[in-house]
Amino acid sequence: MADATMTNPSAASTPPAGEMNYLTCARGWKSWFLTLDHKRIGIMYLIATMSSFGLAGLFALLVRTELLTPKDTIVDADMYNQFFTLHGAIMVFLFIIPSIPAALGNFVLPIMLGAKDVAFPKLNLFSFYLWMFGGIFAVVTLATGGLDTGWTFYTPYSIETQTAVIAMTTGAFILGFSSIFTGLNFIVTIHKLRPPGMTWFKMPLFLWAIYATAILQVIATPVLGITLLLLIAERALGVGIFAASMGGDPVMFQHFFWFYSHPAVYIMILPALGIVSELIACYSHKPIFGYRFIAWSSIAIALFSFIVWGHHMFTSGQSELVNMVFSALTFSVSIPSAIKVFNWLATMYKGAITLQTPMLYGLGFIFLFTIGGLTGLPLAMLSVDVHLHDTYFVVAHFHYVMMGSTVIAMVGGMHHWWPKMFGKMYNETAARIAFVLVFIGFNVTFFTQFIIGSQGMPRRYYDYEPQFQLGHQISTMGSYVMGLGFLLMLGYLLHSLVRGKKAPANPWGGSTLEWVASSPPSHHNFDEAPQVDDPYDFTGIDYKPDTDEYVFNRPRAAKA
Amino acid sequence: MMRFTDMLGVFAQGGPKTLWLPEQASEGAYNVDNAFYFVYWVSVFFFILITVLLVWFAIKYRKPKGSQPESTVTHNTTLEVSWSVIPTILVVIMFLWGFSGFMDLANPPENCYTIQTTGQKWKWLFTYPNGHVDTELHVPADTDVKLLITSEDVLHSVFIPAFRVKNDAVPGRFTHVWFNAIKPGTYDFFCTEYCGTDHSRMITKCVVHPKDEFETWLENADPIKRMTDEQFAEYEKDPVEFIKKNPDFKGLLPPAAMGGALYDKFGCKSCHLLTDEKLIGPGFKGVYGGARKFTDGSTLDKADENYLRESILVPQAKIVEGYDGSMPSFQGRLTDRHIYCIIEFLKGLK
Repeated sequence: MADATMTNPSAASTPPAGEMNYLTCARGWKSWFLTLDHKRIGIMYLIATMSSFGLAGLFALLVRTELLTPKDTIVDADMYNQFFTLHGAIMVFLFIIPSIPAALGNFVLPIMLGAKDVAFPKLNLFSFYLWMFGGIFAVVTLATGGLDTGWTFYTPYSIETQTAVIAMTTGAFILGFSSIFTGLNFIVTIHKLRPPGMTWFKMPLFLWAIYATAILQVIATPVLGITLLLLIAERALGVGIFAASMGGDPVMFQHFFWFYSHPAVYIMILPALGIVSELIACYSHKPIFGYRFIAWSSIAIALFSFIVWGHHMFTSGQSELVNMVFSALTFSVSIPSAIKVFNWLATMYKGAITLQTPMLYGLGFIFLFTIGGLTGLPLAMLSVDVHLHDTYFVVAHFHYVMMGSTVIAMVGGMHHWWPKMFGKMYNETAARIAFVLVFIGFNVTFFTQFIIGSQGMPRRYYDYEPQFQLGHQISTMGSYVMGLGFLLMLGYLLHSLVRGKKAPANPWGGSTLEWVASSPPSHHNFDEAPQVDDPYDFTGIDYKPDTDEYVFNRPRAAKA
Repeated sequence: MMRFTDMLGVFAQGGPKTLWLPEQASEGAYNVDNAFYFVYWVSVFFFILITVLLVWFAIKYRKPKGSQPESTVTHNTTLEVSWSVIPTILVVIMFLWGFSGFMDLANPPENCYTIQTTGQKWKWLFTYPNGHVDTELHVPADTDVKLLITSEDVLHSVFIPAFRVKNDAVPGRFTHVWFNAIKPGTYDFFCTEYCGTDHSRMITKCVVHPKDEFETWLENADPIKRMTDEQFAEYEKDPVEFIKKNPDFKGLLPPAAMGGALYDKFGCKSCHLLTDEKLIGPGFKGVYGGARKFTDGSTLDKADENYLRESILVPQAKIVEGYDGSMPSFQGRLTDRHIYCIIEFLKGLK
């Protein structure tokens, strides 16, 4: 039976010249803004979230420039406070939470499943419009007095400040719903649209990661919604929930806030871990080591992330017992994260490694995630955290995890799937130069901050003591190098859309289903249902040097 | 100069500044730093291990496109058990070490010398047991000192890097830090919880005095209190001239300005505005020289020095109609000389 239905998938993957793909099958702005195609929605998310990244990155460069000297460099203290707040709020709510799931996840997830679309295409488009609507509130915030609370909105300061707290929290509230609907959509899609033959343990690991993330999005985000509503009620109506002057408890806000925002950290990092599993396996051309462990650890990390929020509050005055419990639980999360790193290394061992740009990002990720993870240990350790809490050590730690890991993985994934998304290859040399600039710039920027932080430099300081100046200046120089790297990246990616070489269906030798589809895929992803088997079986994928592409040359297992 | 052993973080109590950590100026800093350096060296080991393997594998197993891997093994029980168990043992040690160290930091010994510490936008106020209020923290060396911390407005946080202590100042509740400073000197004191415009300027100094010199400092900390009667008489007569002639009275200002500073330091401003509007108590504008009507029916034509002095020291003696008499007594905290300065300050508010 298998024999009878066996086809050479590469035949299906190269459509005749002139055949329509999802980019060319319909034209005009309506075909984009009213589209139900997950791929087009993914592309719109990619443009929207990367624009947010650019805006928030600009604020970061302004922050770094101001810190070149103590006291006044380019702006006054109030403006500086706005810069770091907007940098954080835009990065978190508009970029890093939606970036991987909503942009890359939307594009890749249904294709990896061999499906035509997500389970609820209309809900998917609605999520995107909610994102846009939430984004408008962020712009309104900028236009109506800005925001100076820090992205964490800690009370009672956020109740007293004259800046546009209500506009930004309303925006974050709406963005939260966008995130919830995306998560819901992905959970249902993974449960219901897996093709016959794709059991849970035959799913690519990126899907496990997206699934774990979706659980968090659906369960944790409502808590943020409620917290922000209470904050709005307190500001607008004077209800005394968090302000001590009205009989409220300011520390309770922190509990509510981190009950969401700690899982949110994993909403950011889990999909990144998923991408890296794909990258390391694909460019090592070798089955991933410890598949089941990596799959389960995504779920375990997701569940653990709900019970570690108190580690943000070791010096808030909460009780010693509570601190002890949260410290112990926090350490327990470090183990599955560490094992993932060892699994990736074991995957590379005796592999057939090729070092294209996405793999450079994969390797860069392992390096940076290792530093980000290890520097979490002293912060989980109660006595040491007392010294390090709210210093630049923490700033450096979470930038290594959020930017050094999540953004690097996101950018790596973008380079990995770019030929699939647009059917064009980018300039490999330019991409490698950009990687080197970003990687070196990043480490110069943030490694320095570990040192000034453990020396005692507090966070969110406009002015600082002279002993920290050298560190700040080195850090700022690093940030400029990194900015240059991202500019170069923008340049060659846009260039590739116009002048890029046409991409083959499988330029990297990937074994998951998206590499069976043509580049770019047709409107329905697959002309005939692809066959499903082990996602990390790299046998029978042959390299053709004359066209620099890989073709499937194997009978795959039972056809869908 | 930094020695090699300093780089490693190996030293006895009271170690110098290293690449990573500031000078150890308290007893507790030693334990915190040892814990830090334990994690540090474990981290350095794993970082080097991972980076070396990463680079080595990337070079050694780099193959031309289209090559097949040398092995497709996906499990190795010994390897997987060891890389799960070894890190687990290490983090259990870290947890226990961090927790026991934290219990030391969190639980002050009996009979600490306690200093009330209040954060407000954007300064710190330290109230000593004798009632002296200062904007700098002064402590005796080799003494268990506890800061009892609260906030007047938003969240702040006490952070003294050289002592490795930190705790938030939360409005509506008390928190604390304690330390035993071992080296006389001057150390940074930061606010580490974002509190608005001048968060980064909410910094002060912590001055550690040799144990036997602290009491002398405390007695002389207040220039008004320090003067002899003759000196004070001279100061009263011509403050500007007195200040010029006696530069060793640090921080001394003319009486009205001293009174204004006391108004800030002693928290008068949380109940009394400088306008004539009522907050909790009456506004201070025109408070000197105005007429009063009391709850017992008696009246006063002109609020003079004696009346104001009584209001500060025995507030319940006469309560003005329309107020509830919630003013605390400042008996024992303000001397007559301080009250003289405050009244001079009030006279200027017309």
